[in-house]
Amino acid sequence: MPHWKNTAGDKPEKMPTPAVVTIPMSMHIGAPAKPVVKAGDEVKVGQLIAEAGGFVSSPIYSGVSGKVKKIDDMLNSAGQRVPAVTIETDGKQELFEGIAPPKVTNLQEFLDAVKNSGVVGLGGAGFPTAVKLTVKDLSMIEAVIINGAECEPFITSDTRTMIDDADLVWQGIELLQKYLKVKRVIIGIEDNKPQCIGNFRKMCKPGCGVEVSALPAIYPQGGEKVLIYHTIGRIVPEGKLPIDVGAIVINCTTLAAVAKYIQTGIPLYEKCVTVDGSAVKKPKNVIAPIGTPLKDVFEFCGGFSSEPKKVLYGGPMMGIAVPDLEQPILKNTNAILAFNEKDAELPKETACIRCGRCIAHCPLNLAPVNIETAFRLKDAASLDILKVNLCMECGCCAFVCPANRPLVQVNKLSKAMLRNYQNEQKALEEKQKAKEKAKKEGSK
Amino acid sequence: MSNMTVSVSPHIKDKTSTKSIMRDVIIALTPALIASVLIFGMRALLVTAVCVAFSVGSEWAFEKIVKKPNTIGDLSAAVTGALLAFNLPVGIPLWQAAFGSIVAIVVVKQLFGGLGQNFANPAITARIVMLLAFSSTMTTWVFPGLVSSATPDALSGATPLVILKGETSAALPSIRDMLLGVHGGCLGETSAIALVAGGIYLLVRRVISWHTPVAFIGTVFLFTLILGEQPVYQLLSGGLLLGAIFMATDYSTTPSTNWGRIIFGVGCGLITVLIRVWGNYPEGVSFSILLMNILTPYISKLTAKKPLGGAEV
Repeated sequence: MPHWKNTAGDKPEKMPTPAVVTIPMSMHIGAPAKPVVKAGDEVKVGQLIAEAGGFVSSPIYSGVSGKVKKIDDMLNSAGQRVPAVTIETDGKQELFEGIAPPKVTNLQEFLDAVKNSGVVGLGGAGFPTAVKLTVKDLSMIEAVIINGAECEPFITSDTRTMIDDADLVWQGIELLQKYLKVKRVIIGIEDNKPQCIGNFRKMCKPGCGVEVSALPAIYPQGGEKVLIYHTIGRIVPEGKLPIDVGAIVINCTTLAAVAKYIQTGIPLYEKCVTVDGSAVKKPKNVIAPIGTPLKDVFEFCGGFSSEPKKVLYGGPMMGIAVPDLEQPILKNTNAILAFNEKDAELPKETACIRCGRCIAHCPLNLAPVNIETAFRLKDAASLDILKVNLCMECGCCAFVCPANRPLVQVNKLSKAMLRNYQNEQKALEEKQKAKEKAKKEGSK
Repeated sequence: MSNMTVSVSPHIKDKTSTKSIMRDVIIALTPALIASVLIFGMRALLVTAVCVAFSVGSEWAFEKIVKKPNTIGDLSAAVTGALLAFNLPVGIPLWQAAFGSIVAIVVVKQLFGGLGQNFANPAITARIVMLLAFSSTMTTWVFPGLVSSATPDALSGATPLVILKGETSAALPSIRDMLLGVHGGCLGETSAIALVAGGIYLLVRRVISWHTPVAFIGTVFLFTLILGEQPVYQLLSGGLLLGAIFMATDYSTTPSTNWGRIIFGVGCGLITVLIRVWGNYPEGVSFSILLMNILTPYISKLTAKKPLGGAEV
């Protein structure tokens, strides 16, 4: 698979403030954030506009100064209606007065600071970082793996973090060592980024508890389970979390954002995104306030060289296609790609020739061809045996399939089918139990 | 911007397609075709053309009749036709070659659901059908002639395997002739050099993996070495190279895991030697592949990879 890291050498450029930003309240896994501003309010850069809506949630800050225009539902890229705060900017970009480094002296204060920073998994998952770092028993953590693999084609925003903000990443590591008592830290970087590897190798002093692992640049090296397997050799069992095998994986940009907040009090309100793809005139890395409409970001990159027929959040392997260019930059957006007509063309599906390429290329040793057969036969029991739930939807199977079978789509649908089946089985079992109980009582 | 495509990831795809794979197989078969024309004359080309034409034609006609989408563009029928032709003696009557092609495509492939659904190799199965139906013409070997000999000379033509079996007093051809293919046999199976060149091309293009051919050929070599049956001649004679490189690597009828491919190859090798040494037929490659085709689902099941993180299956 080609890497297309065209923008790796481009230092991120800050784009001019957009006229309007639309900030959805759901940019993370968990409960949506609750707005604390109302229409007509003046806001400044770095000001809280929404507080966390629960434990698994995250607060949201404004990246612009201006006036709140409305709080309304918007249709997101997944086709769901989510509340969003729309702010008309005034172009002044005044920093909020209340910004100050938080007081962090112990674990609880550290976790609170992480929560207040508004940082979520910036590698793409959007899982609230504070929740990930809240571990029942600190002794469970054997290793923290800093994910700098950045295996998706095109994307270079993590690369830029590791080059431009290596100090912040390092400070983040020291925070983890201090408060989470982490003994072993591994920075996992694909070997197509020698500059990043070199940077961190220089920073690692003997006995500092940090090591750099240069990983072969083979997609999906940055997949959580794949990374854990290739750095510490542990296998995360089905339905378990990395912490169950003693590991925490945290993206390098996520960690840098946490360190930035603790050092300066500046929360997460803008993102470095890689803008690339065949329809983009001048691909580059752009720093944009969260909520900036995609069209403004593309505009900043010289606009389109040809009509964009497919636009993605994220990379071409796992990215999400967006329906329109009004969609905003989200917390976990690390790239936006626009493709021309030729690249957006959907390949025609033909008969499976049972070549086994999907099996050979699955990083988790699944058999997509067999999962597809089971799915078409509506054989949910076999889907369980084939372990479809392990699938991380990395897309390798569909990428290599010479018959262009929609294998990722089938796996997604198979998971839903299996879930329904398991729920039905459970209900059936309970019914059976209730019946037996009734029988027993009847016979008494 | 309402005309943007929204689809499920991944949004990129490598360039390999069914058609490109089949095109590679055809390219890999070309050296053997050229060799066969040089060894057996222009009739080799004629037989191949008839088989390809009838394979493609019967696929087209069958799909037309049962109102299925036309798939002759994927080139798989052309590959089947060429492989069948390579398994026929050059003097085969053309109507018999045409009949075999129709059996391969309609009976063995399409009646089971078409490409990817058949459990037996169409070319191999059709060859076996022809061997039983037309046993005389299927075992009439013409002596290798020159390019000029347009009319095959059917006077002599014991294959090396027949000679090895001691059923004739003819002398074995030299190793050089064995490598070049200047000896009796089916039209596409004799030139070891041409077949190996095609195999290397397929390996480089990653169309096939080394597992089955190496296991198959290696087993025949070792087994005949142990039995004292002239392993080098065994390796270069009959349809072994053609079968191991081009037929035992067919996707839908062989296992899709690497261990499965090794087991498949070893099984083919053992059965081939058993038939060659103790069987009634001088050649066993076709039968061995067909028998192993039947075992393929079980081998696949037995060698399924263990999912990373999955509990015991």
